[in-house]
Amino acid sequence: MTGLTGAEQSNFPEEQMSDWVEACEAADIDEEDVMRFDHGGRTFAIYRSPDDEYFATDGLCSHEKVHLADGLVMDDIIECPKHNGRFNYKTGAARGAPVCVNLRTYPVKVDAGKVLIQIG
Amino acid sequence: MTKAMVIIGAGECGGRAALALRDLGFEGPVTLVGDEPHLPYERPPLSKEAMAGEAPAIKAITSDEILAERSIRHIHSVQAVAIDRAAHVVRLSDGSALPYDKLLLATGSLPRKLPMPGLGARCVYLRTFNDAKAIRAHLRAGNRVAIVGGGFIGLELAASARKLSATVTVIEAQPRILMRGVPAEIAETIHKQHEAEGVTILAGQGIAAITDDGAEVRITLAGGLEVVADLAIIGIGAMPVTGLAAEAGLTIDNGIAVDAELRTGDPDIFAAGDCCSFPLAVYGGRRVRLEAWRNAQEQGALAARNMLGAGETHAAVPWFWSDQYGLTLQIAGLSDEGHSVVRRDLEDGAFILFHLAGDGRLVAASGIGPGNAVARDIRLAEMLIAKRAKPAPEALGSQTVKLKSLLAA
Repeated sequence: MTGLTGAEQSNFPEEQMSDWVEACEAADIDEEDVMRFDHGGRTFAIYRSPDDEYFATDGLCSHEKVHLADGLVMDDIIECPKHNGRFNYKTGAARGAPVCVNLRTYPVKVDAGKVLIQIG
Repeated sequence: MTKAMVIIGAGECGGRAALALRDLGFEGPVTLVGDEPHLPYERPPLSKEAMAGEAPAIKAITSDEILAERSIRHIHSVQAVAIDRAAHVVRLSDGSALPYDKLLLATGSLPRKLPMPGLGARCVYLRTFNDAKAIRAHLRAGNRVAIVGGGFIGLELAASARKLSATVTVIEAQPRILMRGVPAEIAETIHKQHEAEGVTILAGQGIAAITDDGAEVRITLAGGLEVVADLAIIGIGAMPVTGLAAEAGLTIDNGIAVDAELRTGDPDIFAAGDCCSFPLAVYGGRRVRLEAWRNAQEQGALAARNMLGAGETHAAVPWFWSDQYGLTLQIAGLSDEGHSVVRRDLEDGAFILFHLAGDGRLVAASGIGPGNAVARDIRLAEMLIAKRAKPAPEALGSQTVKLKSLLAA
């Protein structure tokens, strides 16, 4: 695993960007899979794409607040385990009914085998 | 000339169809007619999440602002009373008439009525948000609730009523709960959970008589037992709403009969969702009718595409879920297509049953477990079913073999 950076998109103004938080070992997540990460009373979903890049979004589906980490990752899509709402986890974009609100995404980097996310 | 699209039925299916027409770029008039006073809303929460709070909240799938912005005309609290196919006009209960070029019937289903005398004001059914509000008002500690029918609606309501500390008895005429479409092993798990939560389940008990004096309901069972309740909720299945279509001369066959493109015998009239029966491609065109949320959504969207001439056929695998207490059941496919079963155990007591046809093809998967424990594997099973895959039974049964790896095979 090389230290690739994940989602470049950020919804935060520069000044709000805070510390990077260690989420897990890079090897903890299989390729084309997802893992839940809780931090500071919030919950996130960390993804490893089929081409071995890492991404992070809010952990709960925007439809009914279900943990997306129980869902299925196929290519660049995470599908909610409850009602099959689909999102592109790289951009956070909702991909049709029943979800219509995008997920917030967070910058991710891999450093020395650890996945770090900037949760702002 | 710009075509006019009319959708009868403003539930999940009709609502999704109207929005889909705009998503597809259709710019002509779109009219959505519903007999309820509400915006299109999600019905699945009515027996579950909607019961949790003090007063049920409606979960609309759109808003007046979005409908206005997208120029979708929503006519509510009005029924469609007749279709004049020759004139291409739908007549409404308020006396008005709507011309259409393409018409979608998304009339849904209604609770099957218990065919017995003696039912009164304390014997209710659940279909609409207003029904849910009326039921919610009775769910509290000290109140006795009798649920007639151990199907999904009844059992979900039983769980909701127990959470609110009501005393709950479920009466099921069949030998066990969930006889229709749910394997016995899974029904057993759900049965045990209800008993652990304090629900009394009386299975194999037909009803001999009901009396309802407006204060309480007395249900006398065939075996002589008597159940007395402050409220009886009847959940014994649903019937497709087909009257309008039948009177217009369209074919009815366990629902409004449509082809794989959701078209009725009239090329300008489509039907979708709970109200229609259609050939299910994944089972060789077996005609089915589904009462399921996702099907309503998918068929609403497919009907919209085909009203615009896409000519696409329905290819989805049936899928549904039920939540009761902390358990979620999910089923992909129709398990009665299977001849043999392979069980895969997951963590925390969750398990999945894979149903295989005689030739080894995976035709259905039924799973149950806490939270969303079975969701991912059921979704993968659904894809395997759609691919008409014949996975090795040993692989399906082994927790160490990832289902995703079978999909690639």
